[in-house]
Amino acid sequence: MRNDSAKTTHPVLIFWIVAGWLGYCVLPWYGVEDGLFSFVWLLEGYPFDEDFAPAAFLIGQGEKLWLAPLLIPLALPLFALGRVKSDPRYAQLLILSGVLGFGWLIAQGFGIGIRGFSYEWLEALFGELGDRQYGMGYGAMIAAAAFLFLLTQGIAARGAVNGDVFVVSAIGGIIVIVTAFVFFPIAKMLFAAFVTEDGAYSISVFAAKFFDDRLWGLGCFFGARCGAAWNSLFLAVLVGLITTVLGLAFALVVTRSGFRFKRGMRALTVLPIITPPFVIGLALILLFGLSGSVTVFFADMFGVQPTRWLYGMPGILIAQTLAFTPIAFLVLIGVVEGVSPSMEEAAQTLRANRWQTFRTVSLPLMRPGLANAFLLGFIESMADFGNPLVLGGNFDVLSTEIFFAIVGAQYDQGRAAVLAMVLLFFTLSAFYAQRAWLGKKSYTTVSGKGDSGVHPLMPAGLAIPVLAIAIGWALFTAVVYGMIIYGSIVELWGVDNSLTLKHYVTAFSFRLEDEGIRWTGAAWDSFWTTITIAAIAAPLTAAVGLVTAYLLTRQNFAGKNSFEFGTMLSFAIPGTVIGVSYILAFNVPPIEITGTGIILVVSFIFRNMPVGVRAGIASMSQLDKSLDESSLTLGANSWQTFRNVILPLLRPAILAALVYSFVRAMTAISAVIFLVSAEYDMATSYIIGRVENNDYGLAIAYSTTLIFVMLVAVGMLQLLVGRVQIGRRTQLGTETSK
Amino acid sequence: MSEKLLGSKAAPVRFEGVSKVYGKHVVAVDKIDLHVEAGKLVTLLGPSGCGKTTTLRMIAGLEMATTGRILIGDRDVTTLPATDRDVSMVFQSYALFPHMSVLENVMYGLKFSGFDKAEARARAIQGLELVGLKGYNDRLPSELSGGQQQRVAVARALALEPQVLLFDEPLSNLDAKLRRQVREDIRAIQQDLGLTVVYVTHDQEEALAVSDEIVVMRNASIAQIGSPRSLYDEPVDTFVADFIGEANLIPCQITSVEGDTATIEIEGHSHSLPSRGLAVGPAILAVRPSRLVISEDHGAPARVAKATYVGVRMEYTLEGGFGQVFAVQDDVDTPLEVGSDVRLAFAKNGPVLLPVE
Repeated sequence: MRNDSAKTTHPVLIFWIVAGWLGYCVLPWYGVEDGLFSFVWLLEGYPFDEDFAPAAFLIGQGEKLWLAPLLIPLALPLFALGRVKSDPRYAQLLILSGVLGFGWLIAQGFGIGIRGFSYEWLEALFGELGDRQYGMGYGAMIAAAAFLFLLTQGIAARGAVNGDVFVVSAIGGIIVIVTAFVFFPIAKMLFAAFVTEDGAYSISVFAAKFFDDRLWGLGCFFGARCGAAWNSLFLAVLVGLITTVLGLAFALVVTRSGFRFKRGMRALTVLPIITPPFVIGLALILLFGLSGSVTVFFADMFGVQPTRWLYGMPGILIAQTLAFTPIAFLVLIGVVEGVSPSMEEAAQTLRANRWQTFRTVSLPLMRPGLANAFLLGFIESMADFGNPLVLGGNFDVLSTEIFFAIVGAQYDQGRAAVLAMVLLFFTLSAFYAQRAWLGKKSYTTVSGKGDSGVHPLMPAGLAIPVLAIAIGWALFTAVVYGMIIYGSIVELWGVDNSLTLKHYVTAFSFRLEDEGIRWTGAAWDSFWTTITIAAIAAPLTAAVGLVTAYLLTRQNFAGKNSFEFGTMLSFAIPGTVIGVSYILAFNVPPIEITGTGIILVVSFIFRNMPVGVRAGIASMSQLDKSLDESSLTLGANSWQTFRNVILPLLRPAILAALVYSFVRAMTAISAVIFLVSAEYDMATSYIIGRVENNDYGLAIAYSTTLIFVMLVAVGMLQLLVGRVQIGRRTQLGTETSK
Repeated sequence: MSEKLLGSKAAPVRFEGVSKVYGKHVVAVDKIDLHVEAGKLVTLLGPSGCGKTTTLRMIAGLEMATTGRILIGDRDVTTLPATDRDVSMVFQSYALFPHMSVLENVMYGLKFSGFDKAEARARAIQGLELVGLKGYNDRLPSELSGGQQQRVAVARALALEPQVLLFDEPLSNLDAKLRRQVREDIRAIQQDLGLTVVYVTHDQEEALAVSDEIVVMRNASIAQIGSPRSLYDEPVDTFVADFIGEANLIPCQITSVEGDTATIEIEGHSHSLPSRGLAVGPAILAVRPSRLVISEDHGAPARVAKATYVGVRMEYTLEGGFGQVFAVQDDVDTPLEVGSDVRLAFAKNGPVLLPVE
């Protein structure tokens, strides 16, 4: 029975051949104005109207003739039908078809744009084109996918990865989308840094922008202002250090002290996941701003003039420390718990006292974890956009400078690109350092073998200061979050402190009418958009992440290391950089999606993909590989194995990845703020808009609502899968069966 | 028993110059030729890292041969992935799918082999009966004991009627008593159904007990192939002699060869035995501990260095000019004293001459 499959044509091949022809002959080739999900084109002149016509009809009418050569690669695989897979011709035909088709699609897509030929040398060679083309639509995308998967089937037939069509196709698919949506925009942005005002390329333009005093100035040592690059770097180092120390204090309290409210401290780890990043900044303004309660209290008591000390470096530092300490905590709690108790017990039996044990065994074993926590704090601070925007004052940092370069009066794409490059350089260096230095250096072992020891308590001399720091900081965090809720029900902060629900009414009022509910509140539009976009992005993110994780943990193929590096890279790319590069790359053909909901979905997928990958890797490495192998020897192919064995066993991880990417999509701001449009406004960018109009009440009420919505989402997840750890940077791994 | 559904499609396996190289330089299997007859149980035996598991996985299609040809039946399967080979495997860890019931586990492979649901179910149930697990259909693997899980794994592999059935150290997770029971069951099923089985183990006793033929492997290549008896009695070199059972390797001098018989000398004691093609000169005498004859007057002088009583027999370590040897004696009633001087001779059958390496 099993032997027959080699002789008949594989249904997957037929599927993609048919898809290719459908894309070419039936579906509109170019992007439809009204968006991908609108089907009005069916009624408006399809298939002959130039805007909606499939490629075949365009050529039939003598237009867009450069699409005609695609007929050759479309026809080639037809000759592979009926051939045996092991026939070398079969592989050659498919590879040729894939390479020709995909290559020609890319070449014509970049070569011909909305103004005819995109490059002067093309015009010099072929003369004026006199025609133009827009971004890819259904037809072009499906044809591209068909060529890609014909190519991967050809490669598989030649014996790559044991001739496994599913695995080769998955690798090909991931490479193409990561290239298109991570590397291509970044590359495009890098080029933009060299563009002069009249569109030529010039190093001197880049140099002028790069060596700008606003970027590298050291004025702050002489009483003036420092450059944004130095500010960002200084701030990030400071935030990294402080969050690491605080995180370690928390982790020690939770794992190595008899403190009674340890569980409550653990709950703090959920906060950064569900809090939009700038909300902390808003709460700080309520506390320490010019009319903040603490400021006013001290002003009344000591008769001093309230100052604006909060706006600038101190404010951002406090806000980021508050926001990112839980991340360091999450990383370090795993590390501190992971230090094998038997090591510490061994040290004690060797006559080291508790302090000596801690200093000579526990702490050195935690060192890689500490470095990791520092680098994460560093990257997060560099990439943070919301807090500097709300609290920055005159303290310029790279992420906000990029924003103002694009949306401000100066509108200078080149400058934004240069700034983004500097920011990217910093975060990538940190990312690289993290991987190069920490890659293989982990002393914590979770071997699955029972380690029955108990962690010793901290020595008293350490316990008291650590506990004091942790409790103090926990109380401060509680006050800040309390302020957020309180601030949302106050009439006008600092002026009229009477309680009111009016902000909630303004934002979320609705009326019951005959036709149903009418959402009259100001926030509903952005709220539903956010939920929709996040709900579309979440399953896609989880899918891409899990497939990538499957490839990384379960398959061996040439170039696996670079594949891994590429897929994890977007982790280190700050949201602002993604935002800038996306608008630079995707507002012109061949991929023209600026201003649509798709660009938001896509940006979320690639921003959050590393989380899905890590979640998948963490739980897949707990599944013994012999499970896959036994499924394979029992006759299932790798797709059937993935579907029937791996996926069911990963259910908790999938659920976690889903909720997590959903929540992250709802709280994201840095990339989103570049990509929103009037039609697709997101909750976070709406809130930032309110803040800029000094409408704090509404902004805080909206933020509070978001926090509670996400609390519910996370809580439901916890109920569904039991005790699943969902951490920003930790494994989302769960207990799977033995 | 109802109509017999499960049978055998046993096929021979042939390796022709097969090598497996990891990366550029790590040779896991080095140009081996191997022929497994249909319906036979062949064991791959060797110390860890000798390439036996890699060889097994190449039959399964989980590893691809770097060079050479692999045939199952008449078909060249060298480049076929596991999915497309008609082979199934019982894993060391059993690899039962923890989210499926026992019956679903056994039906899993049948589902992808084109059986309709009713027939797949009937076959799976019969497979479970065959391994003595009737009525366990709806249990989850986690609700079974280790031995039962092992039998589910066997049933799952059997139900597919594979051309070749592979076992990767199937007994290593069982306790000693269960081990004997299960290996006898496996052997019985193999012989009843006439299956071709390739079996990997590092336990020589297990190999001797179950096999029709044993392939001893060392350093990525085959050291010797033969029946259990011939490997034990006629090892080709010191490695095989020492690995299969225990052997004392005593350096000796061949003083003369007449026809097929050689005469050797050890510390003044001479002994005659088959020459096995060796010429006059230095050689190694391999003697099983039970084939040493200890007496007061006949043989090479030795001294008792250690004496251990282990219940069914006595174990001695003897020292002499030839080095140290390990001997066992059935006489437990009159044990030898440590430190006493004895003479050491060799039984007529058993000791074999090996070339010096």
